[in-house]
Amino acid sequence: MSSVLKSRWFTFGLLALGLALLPFLVDAGLGRSWVRLLDLALLYVMLALGLNIVVGYAGLLDLGYVAFYALGAYVYAWLASPHFGLHLPFWAILPLGAALAGLFGVLLGAPTLRLRGDYLAIVTLGFGEIIRIFMNNLNAPVNLTNGPQGINLIDPVRLGSFSLSQPHELFGYTFTGVHLTYYLFLLLTLAVIFISMRLEDSRIGRAWVAIREDETAAAATGINTRNLKLLAFAMGATFGGLAGGLFASFQGFISPESFNLMESIMILCMIVLGGMGHIPGVIFGALLLTLLPEALRYTGDWQRNLFGQIYVDPADLRMLLFGMALVAVMLYRPAGMFPSTRRRREFADAKG
Amino acid sequence: MNALLTVSGVSKAFGGLQALSDISLQVHRGEIFGLIGPNGAGKTTLFNAFTGLYTIDRGEIRLNTTRLNGQKPHQVLQAGLARTFQNIRLFAEMTALENVLVGRHARTTSGVVGAVLRLPGTRHEEADSRERAHALLHRMGLAQHAHRLARNLSYGDQRRLEIARALATEPSLLALDEPAAGMNPNERAGLRELLLQLQADGLTLLLIEHDVKLVMGLCTRLAVLDYGVKIAEGTPDVVSRDPKVIAAYLGDEAL
Repeated sequence: MSSVLKSRWFTFGLLALGLALLPFLVDAGLGRSWVRLLDLALLYVMLALGLNIVVGYAGLLDLGYVAFYALGAYVYAWLASPHFGLHLPFWAILPLGAALAGLFGVLLGAPTLRLRGDYLAIVTLGFGEIIRIFMNNLNAPVNLTNGPQGINLIDPVRLGSFSLSQPHELFGYTFTGVHLTYYLFLLLTLAVIFISMRLEDSRIGRAWVAIREDETAAAATGINTRNLKLLAFAMGATFGGLAGGLFASFQGFISPESFNLMESIMILCMIVLGGMGHIPGVIFGALLLTLLPEALRYTGDWQRNLFGQIYVDPADLRMLLFGMALVAVMLYRPAGMFPSTRRRREFADAKG
Repeated sequence: MNALLTVSGVSKAFGGLQALSDISLQVHRGEIFGLIGPNGAGKTTLFNAFTGLYTIDRGEIRLNTTRLNGQKPHQVLQAGLARTFQNIRLFAEMTALENVLVGRHARTTSGVVGAVLRLPGTRHEEADSRERAHALLHRMGLAQHAHRLARNLSYGDQRRLEIARALATEPSLLALDEPAAGMNPNERAGLRELLLQLQADGLTLLLIEHDVKLVMGLCTRLAVLDYGVKIAEGTPDVVSRDPKVIAAYLGDEAL
């Protein structure tokens, strides 16, 4: 075995070990609630990578992405909660929810095919809101969604009698629900990363980037722009639906509140901040924007320690600092924190 | 007659402006066919009608036996008609190699599953595409720029890259919209060489060009458009002596 290959396997092994131990380190260092946040961060990585296919690769500005997240979550809730009295196993519902979201991706994508740029953004924004308002109002005449009250007591991921909501003794260690969920989410996140990477470097990925660069030239070069745009919508929506199902099982409760426009914008911020179209950048952006706002909650404790009392409500200060951080990134790293080499050049050229 | 492209009675109006009136012409297999005419004569409109960007009001366009009018741009390309653009339209943020690889899209088939699992068929297809793309870049003298972004190439290189991308689609007819525009005399001579080589390889070429000298020396036959009407068709010798052509280019007083 060559030394390069050896060192690569070594790095890989170290990374795997680090990821496996991470929830325990976080648990010991920061507390149980941060393990939960870690789970949530992985969900957002999946969502951001899904939207990255639509926005980053194919260049279709989609502001209604959260609709597919909602759809995946509601499919899971319908089929695994007392709401309809159905309790199907997760391995059946998750793919179903993802596939259904993918189908909706095509349905919502089809009418927008002729639209570009701002117009596309406005229409997709509308679609996102329509889905949320549907979820809010579909409690009569047939109670499908339980309206604004949402659906409660959703089954956790469970295989036989092994449920992810209870602690388990394994190899002499106690694994709590949030720890086990972490491993499930990590596995699926890695799968999403793998699929994204493979697609990026393929005939399909190149066709998406070609459409983003020049749609007319792409069509004249033999790319069926209609089908490939629909495929991008479908792939992105599938990842969104998968994340939605996981979210429902993880929280045990969903309501239309969780799927508002702000959520779509946050996911878009993750990919723009991290570096559009660049997988490591998008992952970083998703982790940062999930964990940073939580970390900023500690500003209340700092104030108490420093001044003896709280002058600015941490919730307000949090949004202020968060906003300033966003503006700073846009000013000093306009291509994102970790842009792909391609986009870095693009912005460097524009400046020079 | 061994016609590859047959255009019969094509008309197209934009509102009140008759851009093309009843155009008929034939491009024969293996020739370099020139399409010339003063600014605004309808050359590019006709081009866009060929390649599915515009729908025509009347008439018919056939490549071999395939009807092109009413087809989408990607279907026209699939049928074997590739084109370049007057104002270069490359995928600016992709490398030269990637640009040519996009040209392979129409002749390859692997989908999402093949790409994700790297199935043997996909791997084989990808390797084949890369090999062809490298060969094309080499042929166009762009081998050393394979991994540079298209936007960073020189003007002449961009023109040749656009031709390489079109050739990657394995066309039977290559349509070039003012390929010599903005080129210096050296690049122009190189382009001439290249087009003659392509013709020698059995490709049929359709050329829109302003540079009458280049067209006269290069084309087997040509057609002249003026105000959307075809005013002459034939060999360069015949066309250049046609009084209607001289009038269109130099004005009636020249006669």
